Amino acid sequence: MPVVQDLAFWILSVVAIAAALGVVLVKDLFRSALLLAVVFISVAGFFVLMSAEFLAVVQVLIYVGAISVLFIFGIMLTRNVREGNVPNRLQIPAVMCASLLLVGMIAAAINTDWRPIPEAAAQMVDAAQTQSVAGATVGGPGAGYGEQDTGLAELLIGDFVLPFEAVSLLLLAALIGGLALARSRGS
Amino acid sequence: MSLESMLVVAAVLFAIGLYGALARSNVIAVLMSIEIMFNAVNLTVVAFSRYVAPLALRQEIGSVLTGQVFAIFIITVAAAEIALGLGIVFAMYRHTESVSLTEANQLRH
Repeated sequence: MPVVQDLAFWILSVVAIAAALGVVLVKDLFRSALLLAVVFISVAGFFVLMSAEFLAVVQVLIYVGAISVLFIFGIMLTRNVREGNVPNRLQIPAVMCASLLLVGMIAAAINTDWRPIPEAAAQMVDAAQTQSVAGATVGGPGAGYGEQDTGLAELLIGDFVLPFEAVSLLLLAALIGGLALARSRGS
Repeated sequence: MSLESMLVVAAVLFAIGLYGALARSNVIAVLMSIEIMFNAVNLTVVAFSRYVAPLALRQEIGSVLTGQVFAIFIITVAAAEIALGLGIVFAMYRHTESVSLTEANQLRH
């Protein structure tokens, strides 16, 4: 089973990095929006590999379903066929900045002694993460309410209730701001 | 598949997004690059909560999901940011007939 996971991981990495390079390098903006959807789907695959199934579903619904479509709308409404995806004059500083940061991040990721949790505990974590999704839907009322079955919902409404409310306020502000921006000036 | 390989993939995605955000002149291309960076950060957060949950909190199952809660908040903020960003892009396009960042040098009508 780990062999299958490794294989899936490498395929997903190659697809994600190639599609991300395509997003920033392809000249046609419409194609780069489609490649962006490929990046989102492969990130959802990474979430499944890390047994974060709920996040994978949210990723597909919000990013692939909503944000990609928003981008495609935006490109079609403002597309300038003559220009396309032109680079600006900061090519060399941008490449240097990104590659320096990349080298630093990779060195930090490899050289640090991370002390990952042991494999038995990792299996337990996997089971708990999956159960936090499956227990709410498959188990039905009363079936999934064991003492250890504290899923994402209890965490969101419990420990993180203040950020949760703040995010709802942020969404309301974004809604009103979007309406104000989209309204034509005369009305 | 280990923590390090997941972190390296996320770092590569983040660097690609940073390059795109710095080196493009189309506003929508810059917004797309920022989305790639958001996804890289989400990958990192979820990988940490999957592989290195804190020792003291390991017995409590809820603590291993904290990274996923962070990722949910990041996704929400990213969605709001993209909606507003595209709203500003459309307002700018109505006004100047252009989506180039080099020509966007004023905030008023």
